[in-house]
Amino acid sequence: MAVTLDQTIAQKQHTFLSRLLANQTFWVVIAVILACLFLSFATDSFATSKNLFNITRNVTFVAIVALGMTFVIITGGIDLSVGSVLCLCSMVLAVTMHAGYSIEIGILATIVTALAIGAFNGVLIAYVGFPPFVVTLGMLSVARSLAMVASNNTVVFQFGPDHQKLLALGGGAWVFGIANPVLYMIILALITGFILRWTKFGRHIFAIGGNEHAATLTGVPVKQIKVAVYMISALSAGLAGIIQTGWLGAVTTNLGTGMELQVIAATVIGGANLAGGVGTALGAIVGAALIEVIRNSLGLLGINAFWQGTFIGGAIILAVLFDRIRNFRRSD
Amino acid sequence: MSVLELANISKHFGAIQAVNDVSFSLEAGEVVGLMGDNGAGKSTLVKMIAGNFRPSHGTMHLEGKEIVMHKPAEARQHGIEIVHQDLALCNNLTAAANVYLGRELRRGIGPFRILDYAAMYRRAGQLFAELKSETRPRDLVKQMSGGQRQAVAIARTMLSQAKIVLMDEPTAAISVRQVAEVLNLIRHLRDQGIAVVLISHRMPDVFDVADRVIVMRRGRKVADKKIASSSPEEVTGLITGAIEQVA
Repeated sequence: MAVTLDQTIAQKQHTFLSRLLANQTFWVVIAVILACLFLSFATDSFATSKNLFNITRNVTFVAIVALGMTFVIITGGIDLSVGSVLCLCSMVLAVTMHAGYSIEIGILATIVTALAIGAFNGVLIAYVGFPPFVVTLGMLSVARSLAMVASNNTVVFQFGPDHQKLLALGGGAWVFGIANPVLYMIILALITGFILRWTKFGRHIFAIGGNEHAATLTGVPVKQIKVAVYMISALSAGLAGIIQTGWLGAVTTNLGTGMELQVIAATVIGGANLAGGVGTALGAIVGAALIEVIRNSLGLLGINAFWQGTFIGGAIILAVLFDRIRNFRRSD
Repeated sequence: MSVLELANISKHFGAIQAVNDVSFSLEAGEVVGLMGDNGAGKSTLVKMIAGNFRPSHGTMHLEGKEIVMHKPAEARQHGIEIVHQDLALCNNLTAAANVYLGRELRRGIGPFRILDYAAMYRRAGQLFAELKSETRPRDLVKQMSGGQRQAVAIARTMLSQAKIVLMDEPTAAISVRQVAEVLNLIRHLRDQGIAVVLISHRMPDVFDVADRVIVMRRGRKVADKKIASSSPEEVTGLITGAIEQVA
């Protein structure tokens, strides 16, 4: 009797394969690969090194912000301000460097700005009890407006004495000809994955998304963690802003407009659940990749660009639909 | 010596006297059923033991030493654990993760410490084995039966050397078979020398598992007697007030 009980307790319910097949991220990876294979045969221009370089680089900006968003979404929150925060951070960097300060001071000012915005969002949500939707919607408007104030709504394209350094940071390809933004994305994804899987902080983020009340009762510092996740989200937007500024070589006040939707879409398509408690770093990346491949393919296949929104929106709804179907099956 | 001794405990919220001059003691390895109608003061009494409220009057002694608690974490440090009515479980986490929630085991050096999955799975598995519950540490809680969920919540109380476990309505919303499972879990706690306070509305459960029953009515203790020398009819009478008080 005792032996059978021990055996039952030691038994693993799921094999590696069954877990893989139940994983939404896995299916999105398959979708991305199939789409790429199809496009390689259907068009001449997809599998060229120039196009692939473009795709990978375009993915990165959305993907980096999506990594930060993953933290917020796992806790069951949402951050609508990331697009505007990205714009404000780029503008802070541009204006600081344009005024003659070094790139180090520019980046420092940008990161401080991002963290301050994240802390503001987080404190209102965690300690004052605002709904995340409302606070970050307000910040979406505030940050965009501050970017206009900071630049007097002009385009900044001269970055002072460290101009070349900044362009190299965002536009270079320092290792094996891989675009720098892609390297940053990979490094940040590894850090995100590590935090979510291996740290107490990561575990507590999932607990808050699963059952916030239970997390509080068991002594998880729920409020501090909530502030931290909004700071991480804003920081990821700030880092993406720095990299994108270096890549583009110019900052306008409409940078990152509507980006929050792409970022949230990438996170959700990659398997994160807007109700909280589920999400991965890899999911954020492949979600962003799928969106970019869809966008790129529409162009290459000669489909009118106006259809883009329909396809991306369709992908979001499809992703959530799969999640619903799995849940229906479970509740049977 | 008693594990816990309450002497003349009262609690009032403004003009409302929620608990009025209640004294009782708990012995190690004893299961005490705490019964009473809604508003009789059971929850308030338990919340004082769990450190949520401070008594207005009276003293508490834990193993002979007087204790004053300001928050639930202090009660935990004293070895008083509570199983909440809603169990406080996260459905999206594994059984082991839930057992260790807020007290995760880590390995590594200094600030570079990572979660010790292997140790948590192993220890959680041992706890489930001690509870004789067929609960797998790696399974997600959302896939579990009511009895297994109770086992997870109870295993949590066994992580530290708990002396007293307070259980708030553990059998209120689960199936008949699972009730039997939960009562078995309570017996296993008792066999390890832990004192269990079982708050319940369900007469059969209390008479099945408890050694002693305490009945509260309108903030007062109206009965405190051995299960063997009482009956469900008598307890019902005490709860409703048909019987005024027994010694």
